[in-house]
Amino acid sequence: MDVFINILKSIMEEGLMYAIMALGIYITYSILDFPDLSVDGTMPLGAIVTGVLIIKGVNPWLCLLISFAVGMAAGAVTGLLHVKLKIRPLLCGILVYTALISVNLVILFVGNNGMSIASFFRKPTIFSTFLGSIIPETVGGIYIRTVLVSLILVIVCKILVDLYLKTKSGLLLRATGNNERYVTMLACDSGKVKILGLALGNGFAALSGSVIAQSKGSADQQMGVGMVVLGLASVIIGLSLFKKLTFMKATTMVILGSIVYKACLSAALALGLPTEYLKLLMAVIFTLALVLSNFLSSGKAKPKKAAGKAGM
Amino acid sequence: MLEFNNITKTFNTGTIDETTLFSDYNLTVKKGEFVSIIGSNGSGKTTLLNLACGTIKPDSGKIIFDGKDISKLSEYKRAKFIGRVLQDPRMGTCPELTILENMALADNKNKSFNLGFAVNKKRIDYYKTLLEKCSLGLENRMNVSVGSLSGGQRQALALIIATMSPIDLLILDEHTAALDPKSSETVMKITDDVVKEKGVTTLMVTHNLRYAIEYGTRLLMMHSGNAVLDLSGEDKKKACIDDLLKIFNEISIEVGN
Repeated sequence: MDVFINILKSIMEEGLMYAIMALGIYITYSILDFPDLSVDGTMPLGAIVTGVLIIKGVNPWLCLLISFAVGMAAGAVTGLLHVKLKIRPLLCGILVYTALISVNLVILFVGNNGMSIASFFRKPTIFSTFLGSIIPETVGGIYIRTVLVSLILVIVCKILVDLYLKTKSGLLLRATGNNERYVTMLACDSGKVKILGLALGNGFAALSGSVIAQSKGSADQQMGVGMVVLGLASVIIGLSLFKKLTFMKATTMVILGSIVYKACLSAALALGLPTEYLKLLMAVIFTLALVLSNFLSSGKAKPKKAAGKAGM
Repeated sequence: MLEFNNITKTFNTGTIDETTLFSDYNLTVKKGEFVSIIGSNGSGKTTLLNLACGTIKPDSGKIIFDGKDISKLSEYKRAKFIGRVLQDPRMGTCPELTILENMALADNKNKSFNLGFAVNKKRIDYYKTLLEKCSLGLENRMNVSVGSLSGGQRQALALIIATMSPIDLLILDEHTAALDPKSSETVMKITDDVVKEKGVTTLMVTHNLRYAIEYGTRLLMMHSGNAVLDLSGEDKKKACIDDLLKIFNEISIEVGN
């Protein structure tokens, strides 16, 4: 029973932390219709910046904001490459991701005396200060602080994204992903909107990296491997599994998608799958999610993507 | 109002498909004119509109609007004073947004797209009165996503959206071509009402000779980058479909079709 509860708890913890990144990918992939690969670099960027800053004694909550800002800057570069230099979306992501590997390693080396991993186990984190210290550590012998802090953070992010999408700026972002010409006809520079969207998306990826690093007590470049697949899978699983529930907001579906995805991975590992196979399994589940989403949307006229791209 | 001065435009420059569509082309459109433009495929009608809107730039020559040279101005900046409806009904609206959201965006044209809430509830009644004019019942479907509307409904909406904010120039690029005859008539009637009501200078490309004759104050027939026919005033009123067809056929014989 304890084993089961522990598995469930770790699914919730990780699912929620990665859900912040999935929200970012929802903005770039679903809303902006931009397959953004730079997330593999911006997520560990947020983690590493946080790690280095916490070692230097910076407030862990402030680290969340700094990571978000740094992620936004990196995402803006992806956008600038696409908008100003007319480079294809996939290539922009690859370029920024590749460049970020070096950036991340340099930040690590310079900020952490030449070590390739930033460890800060005994330092204060968001799970031990401010909000983290108010929430009881355990209930009924089960450690719940991490999951509750993560849950609160995810809910705050979700509400912010939902509110933003209702603003003029947010609606323009949706319009840009939907019909770029419409935005041009509204006398707006669709390029600027794309840059903003990519900045936001990567801001959330870096924020997620910051939270994950703080829960682990360490940060390194390796954390970023497979993040695009993980995030996209969460978004696609969430949006296709819960599509029928019209009362549910897309952001909620994405968060649930992230938890479901983590649950699938944990279930496989609990059933004895060796960890070497984890990334393979991630790819397999992602493939299944894609097939599932095609299967669920066939029958009725292909909704968004087809219509959006036909005229471009 | 709108002047094309000595416009030259060549497509596929440097390839075997190089075609010079416009060479030293001139056209002046007066304020308040409603110009219908007809002509065969490849005659330069749509290119003319694209040049006006900045979708493509001329190789040489100037486009003057209200006394200002706008040749170098980017498309989105020109859109500040231009309203445009394209042939494809999907292009003039956002399919995944609701009618209300589409109109709220259009209502905010030339204002800041900031962090204020996009939909202002006080404006909904105004949107509804705009929609009521086209008698398609759209005013009762404000929260329906535009993607679920028919082509004709979407095009009517696109037209209302394009003319919602004050504009100095309305560009209609075969905006009834993709519609069935009935929707096409409806949209054309709404077009005429809107143009008359606002008195906005309008350029309309159409393949429908009857529309070209019935609507507008000036008629232009394009052929390989030149106006072979330019009627306005009384001459325009006297024009009939048979005359136009005759000229069309003469042109076709010339080019060996």
